[in-house]
Amino acid sequence: MTDPALRVDSLVVDRGGRRVLDGVSVRARGGDVVGLVGPNGAGKTTLLRACTGAVGTESGEVRLAGADAATLSARETARRVASVPQEPSLDFEFPVREAVAMGRTAHVSRFGRRGPEDHTAVDRAMERASVFDLADRSVTAISGGERARVLLARALAQDTPLLFLDEPTANLDVNHQVRTLSLVRELAADGRAVVASIHDLDLAARFCDSLVLLADGRVRAAGTPEAVLTPKALADAFCVDARVSRDPATDSLRVTVLGDRDSTGADGERAVERPSSGDDTVPAPRTDGRGTD
Amino acid sequence: MYVVRTGGWLVGLAALLAAVATVSAGVGPVAIPPREVLSVVLSALPGLSTDAPGAHQTIILRVRLPRVALAAVVGFALAAAGTVMQGFFRNPMADPSIVGVSSGAAVGAVAVIVTGVSLPFGLGLPAAAFAGALCAAFGVYVIASEGGRTPVATLLLAGVAVQTLLGAVVSFALVHAGRGIREAVFWLMGHRHGSTWGKVHLVAAVAVPLILLLLPFTRDLNALLLGEADAQSVGVDVERTRKLLLAVASVITAAAVAVAGVIGFVGLIVPHVMRLLVGPDHRILLPTSALAGAAFLVAADAVARAGAAELPVGIVTAAVGAPFFLYLLRNREVPTA
Repeated sequence: MTDPALRVDSLVVDRGGRRVLDGVSVRARGGDVVGLVGPNGAGKTTLLRACTGAVGTESGEVRLAGADAATLSARETARRVASVPQEPSLDFEFPVREAVAMGRTAHVSRFGRRGPEDHTAVDRAMERASVFDLADRSVTAISGGERARVLLARALAQDTPLLFLDEPTANLDVNHQVRTLSLVRELAADGRAVVASIHDLDLAARFCDSLVLLADGRVRAAGTPEAVLTPKALADAFCVDARVSRDPATDSLRVTVLGDRDSTGADGERAVERPSSGDDTVPAPRTDGRGTD
Repeated sequence: MYVVRTGGWLVGLAALLAAVATVSAGVGPVAIPPREVLSVVLSALPGLSTDAPGAHQTIILRVRLPRVALAAVVGFALAAAGTVMQGFFRNPMADPSIVGVSSGAAVGAVAVIVTGVSLPFGLGLPAAAFAGALCAAFGVYVIASEGGRTPVATLLLAGVAVQTLLGAVVSFALVHAGRGIREAVFWLMGHRHGSTWGKVHLVAAVAVPLILLLLPFTRDLNALLLGEADAQSVGVDVERTRKLLLAVASVITAAAVAVAGVIGFVGLIVPHVMRLLVGPDHRILLPTSALAGAAFLVAADAVARAGAAELPVGIVTAAVGAPFFLYLLRNREVPTA
């Protein structure tokens, strides 16, 4: 069996004297969309950054397409994994085409010029992320949603087997959220492994093959959305009283938060178990458990 | 596309530099028309001769041209270093001396002037200034580094603090300078006295190869504008690249300042103006800024010499540069990092 695109084993990360990740293990294979979910400060962004070497690790191992990430140069890492950051920092007046072409940095020799294959990769990435029409506009003169797509195009131009997305749907309207995640599914269908941190649990359940629920730097649950998004796990990670149902339109899971766990009852456990709507087990999926439309 | 655009700008700026240099070489107590300057310069080539008076030939070749050439090479160096620093700090307000290079050079130079120490060939002053500049820059870098990382904000603040401290040292030395005070003050304002071909070669030998070395790093500078995390994620070894850029830009600045004294604003305003004209892409911004810096300083030097009493060129660059900068500030939105 070949190595998965991403293999993280027992990763421990300390930042500012605090343990931010404590023994986290994650796998992502080509074709998979893996969603990282969890409350603010759970370590989702840190996990992505530790995997690319941007954050130092205490112990554990990260393997990118079979290679130990700790031994890879910045350039070698960038040829294995592309990251779409949460906050775009596009302050300088580069044309969109040039901003996307920066994704080719790791493919172009320092002393060489970009070749035809680089231009093809840039064009294809812009087309894929629907920013081709913006190619000659300045990145400072386009909308927030367009900037998010430009960053996605830059990551695509990197042409990597592994793609990290940090909150790809934050700051996007509902239309662009669904469009972005549908594109992410297509990218996975091409054989890439995608790991995305996603706040919106419904979107995560709908577009990801598997989820990793993080809280306080530990993995609380991992597996299919059905296995991870249980009222018990949500109560444990988010301290909320939540119900999980199936959305009739998408046939994917829908999480409804009823309230803060402490405000719904003195005893948190009891609040979760309280049988208000019959059972709180998840109904069986109709097909494969995720909507791709 | 970009090759054509860069080529066009470079040819244009080179022509501008040549024109400014020709006019500048004619300016001074003895006014010489540009046509005669040109004929004298061309006569230095084999097979060509000039009918210009011998005295004019001597003035141009021995006095004016070294001075014009020194202004050109110093402006070239300061503008290139300024471009790198602004990209490095992602801040259009950064200048080549931001990590203390000029202050360090000032301490070295003033110390030599005040103590009267001398080395053969008049090398004592530039050598001390060069050493002071590098010590200051390296000191700031070491102070700002922790655990192999050098946060940009810390570097900036450490630079400001060290510059203030060294400024105090210079002021203290000036108070006790005695008869050296005039020379010291002129040095601090950017003097052009005693420009010789030797000094031109000295700066050029350091600055030109280092600027050529920077050219392959212009794509990395572009990526650094994205921010450290993004630059790293597209494959730039951020810490190593930044270390190299900072060192090279500091050495270039040190060489220019050591020979020509402290000349403000060239390294700040020229890259800034060129960024408005050609955009933020360092592949075109770096070479065009360097050439524009050369033309700007040659012109400023001509203005400094044009009056009845010669001014230190630093006064001219600041007097012209600061109002222009304020004009830009009010009329164009300055991109913030």
